[in-house]
Amino acid sequence: MNFEMPQFAMAAPEIWLGVMVCVVLIADLFDPGRESRLAFFLTQATLLVGIGLAVYTHWGVERAITFNGMYVSDSLAAVLKITVAGLSMATLGYSRDYLRQRDLLKGEFYLLAILANLGMFVMASASSLLVLYVGLEMLSLSLYAMVAFDRDSRIGAEAAMKYFVLGALSSGMMLYGMSMIYGASGSLLIDEIAAQAIAGNNLLLMGFGMTFVLVGVAFKFGAAPFHMWIPDVYQGAPTAATAFLGTAPKVAALALFLRLLVDGLGDMHDQWQGMAIILAVASLAIGNLFALVQTNLKRMLAYSTISHIGFLFLGLIAGTDEGYAAALFYAISYGIMASGAFGMITLLSHRGFEAEMIDDMRGLNDRHSGFALVMLLLMFSMTGIPGTVGFYAKWLVLQALIDTGMVWLAVVAVVFAVIGAFYYLRVLKAVYFDRLESPAPLQAPMGQRVIVAVNGGLILVLGLFPDRLIEICQTALGL
Amino acid sequence: MLGGWPLLSLLVWLPILGGVGVLFAGRDNADRARWTALAVAGLTLLLGVALWFGFEVGVAGMQFVERVSWIQAFGVEYYLGVDGISMPLVVLTAFSTLLVVIAAWEVVRYKPAQYLAAFLIMEGVMIGVFSALDAILFYVFFEAMLIPMFLIIGIWGGPNRIYATLKFFIYTFLGSVMMLVALIYLRTEAGSFAIQDFYGLALPFTTQVLVFLAFLAAFAVKVPMFPVHTWLPDAHVEAPTGGSVILAAITLKIGGYGFLRFSLPIAPEASMALDWLLISLSLIAVVYIGLVAMVQEDLKKLIAYSSIAHMGFVTLAFFLIFRIFAASGSRDAALLALEGGLVQMISHGFVSAAMFLCVGVLYDRMHTRRIADYGGVANRMPVFAGLFVFFAMANAGLPGTSGFVGEFMVILASFQAGFWYAAIAGLTLILGAAYSLWMIKRVVYGEVRNPEVDKLRDVDLRERLLLGSLAGVVLLFGLYPAPLINVMAPSLDALFGIVVPTP
Repeated sequence: MNFEMPQFAMAAPEIWLGVMVCVVLIADLFDPGRESRLAFFLTQATLLVGIGLAVYTHWGVERAITFNGMYVSDSLAAVLKITVAGLSMATLGYSRDYLRQRDLLKGEFYLLAILANLGMFVMASASSLLVLYVGLEMLSLSLYAMVAFDRDSRIGAEAAMKYFVLGALSSGMMLYGMSMIYGASGSLLIDEIAAQAIAGNNLLLMGFGMTFVLVGVAFKFGAAPFHMWIPDVYQGAPTAATAFLGTAPKVAALALFLRLLVDGLGDMHDQWQGMAIILAVASLAIGNLFALVQTNLKRMLAYSTISHIGFLFLGLIAGTDEGYAAALFYAISYGIMASGAFGMITLLSHRGFEAEMIDDMRGLNDRHSGFALVMLLLMFSMTGIPGTVGFYAKWLVLQALIDTGMVWLAVVAVVFAVIGAFYYLRVLKAVYFDRLESPAPLQAPMGQRVIVAVNGGLILVLGLFPDRLIEICQTALGL
Repeated sequence: MLGGWPLLSLLVWLPILGGVGVLFAGRDNADRARWTALAVAGLTLLLGVALWFGFEVGVAGMQFVERVSWIQAFGVEYYLGVDGISMPLVVLTAFSTLLVVIAAWEVVRYKPAQYLAAFLIMEGVMIGVFSALDAILFYVFFEAMLIPMFLIIGIWGGPNRIYATLKFFIYTFLGSVMMLVALIYLRTEAGSFAIQDFYGLALPFTTQVLVFLAFLAAFAVKVPMFPVHTWLPDAHVEAPTGGSVILAAITLKIGGYGFLRFSLPIAPEASMALDWLLISLSLIAVVYIGLVAMVQEDLKKLIAYSSIAHMGFVTLAFFLIFRIFAASGSRDAALLALEGGLVQMISHGFVSAAMFLCVGVLYDRMHTRRIADYGGVANRMPVFAGLFVFFAMANAGLPGTSGFVGEFMVILASFQAGFWYAAIAGLTLILGAAYSLWMIKRVVYGEVRNPEVDKLRDVDLRERLLLGSLAGVVLLFGLYPAPLINVMAPSLDALFGIVVPTP
């Protein structure tokens, strides 16, 4: 094997984040105000530059592989990295005031966020099982720590424990499956695995490996029946951590799926399709039905996440590039919606009070009609009503399904979407129809108001002009 | 386009953007909200009048067409245009919204800016429904209607509004997502989302039936047809007056319009094979719901049920055409039924709007809708009583009112299909007269028994203007319906050519 000098420039986004982890760690020590203002702004700047570097190095360039075939640079990596970093910036922006009021405003939170982003970046560009796994664990370990960030909270500690144990289990599953795939194909490089799958060598062993990998991916996504951790962790974690955990890592999980099962085992689509259908329908059913009976908003959003994951899987099931592009579109728009929804919860919470029940949304229209309007957009977008980006997300997935002849699955999906409408409307009922005796006007810092406005505006603008984003998703999948 | 102006786009976007403007203008100044809303609604109606007079009568195809690419990846276009079927409905929408804005003037006190903005946005979206020629664009508008109506009923509605608004939303949402699946399927067959490209697709019969049923789910709920009509009385009773007016005058029409634009031309064979189903459901609506209307204790419920019965009459007309044509072989007779149905739709838009406004006038003064609480209103409100009686007569189909024209045309045509169809359809006149007049008797005439009624004051200038303009229109189209029929006839003729290809 000839030693080739890797092209470091291609991995500029990851290198940048890695360097900045050290910088932020040290800079935070010199922050005099003990409010980690420096760490916060440095983190946001780091992510922003990361986005810029991802665009510059990956977008629109020829698909290239370096580091002995372990690192891939293509448009898909660019889109995934931009999305995760953008969503992280939004959720960090939302959560600053929340953390301050709970005395959790420490530099480590931002450090963990950068580390998690580094993990997700690595996953997005992984072209080898090992690199993928390293990225995944870097993300997971950061998230475990973030969930446990409020160390005095019993429920938070319990959530972190659950998350850690189940996360470790799922990582184990995935590793086990990867080892089988390695055994069957003789390589860790995804391109070579794909070649072996096409050649049809050791398909049985490969199939077993694939099953375990799929289970691991389903765990990370939180697809039913591997969803048990989601509601408890979402509810138990500090909302700032929930917001982070509920948005960007979902996009990263999609990266995992696309790199592993589509790039690597795309040729075995017929074999994983059946399993994915079960995962999707189970997620739609369990997510929607359980969300119906929740009174806790964070739990409801957790179950609604499961149902959205089900919808996202439908795009993957279609197995066409259009379907993968639809899933990518779904993941991005879901990220925007979820960050907005959790952001609203952090906004309504204040010192000593967690606005986590649906009832806490009562009379929001009387307290601040602008926030109520954003909530309206968010909920209708999650329902999939036109005029919001959520509609196009659902439509693209349905389009991909019907194009491949799975009309029955599309009908199942829309029936569950109607059931889902119930609980989103319950939130709006609280916001608009329930009136308070003496509504106290709602105050929020300027920065947060700007993010809310941008978030709501994005849902509306992308809902009216989705063309550009659809094109980006299709380009990323090589269409 | 009219003189270089994108007239339809203006009709769609002026009210929507105007609605947003009202929201900002009226945040803490109710009067400014009212005047802005009035200006926007008035300007939109002017554009509607321009549309009416700019429309070339005698042309079957689409006019005022605007067509630009919107979502390139899937060939979705921003594609607007109106023909003789949709143009009158657009004008009706603009007219009704102006009435709603005026009707809300002093009555709505809780967040008037949001109320008016919701109706203006609703107006733009409904005009969009009637003028969209791209299936996805149509669907976007069709669904977006749910948002303002959901808020209108839920925020300004009566005590049981939350149940009613959820029921309304879920029923209509379930219907329309089925339609979305059908539309996406049709696109894979036709290669584009333009509705007219769906016409004449040689779909296999089973597929046609499935597509037809998907459309039926969407439009039957909107109309609403028996047995999915139960959301309507709830929604009406809980909705504020303006909400009832828009529901009855426009949103129900969207169901009927959908049958003409989608079900019949896209799945003609399935429509013909399943016409027995639609005819039966329509006849049940006419007779059974008519009887149900008779026993209502609540004014709004009575009018709501009467709406369902009248709309049953419309769907009867639309689906009777196959039998009329088969029995008589006369294209003109079948066309008469289609024209009658559409005239009836427009007329019902005016009449039901007027009826709900009348109930609103009474409710604002008495805060009750129970028929038993009234009696002898004519003694204290003579002008109002005269108008109310006139609208009730129109509702019953009295000759000389617009209500008569449509019913007469449909019954005349249905004789060609068979005596019994005409006989049962004719019951609508009898039942309509029965419940309308009995209601009038109990509310308007008789002794004043309730001391509250004794204190009533008659309609003021604003209310006179409101009801008087409607009375004028009802009378105008009752005496001289020719302009309306001339506008719609060529387009309906073309539609019939697609549904029943004649050699």
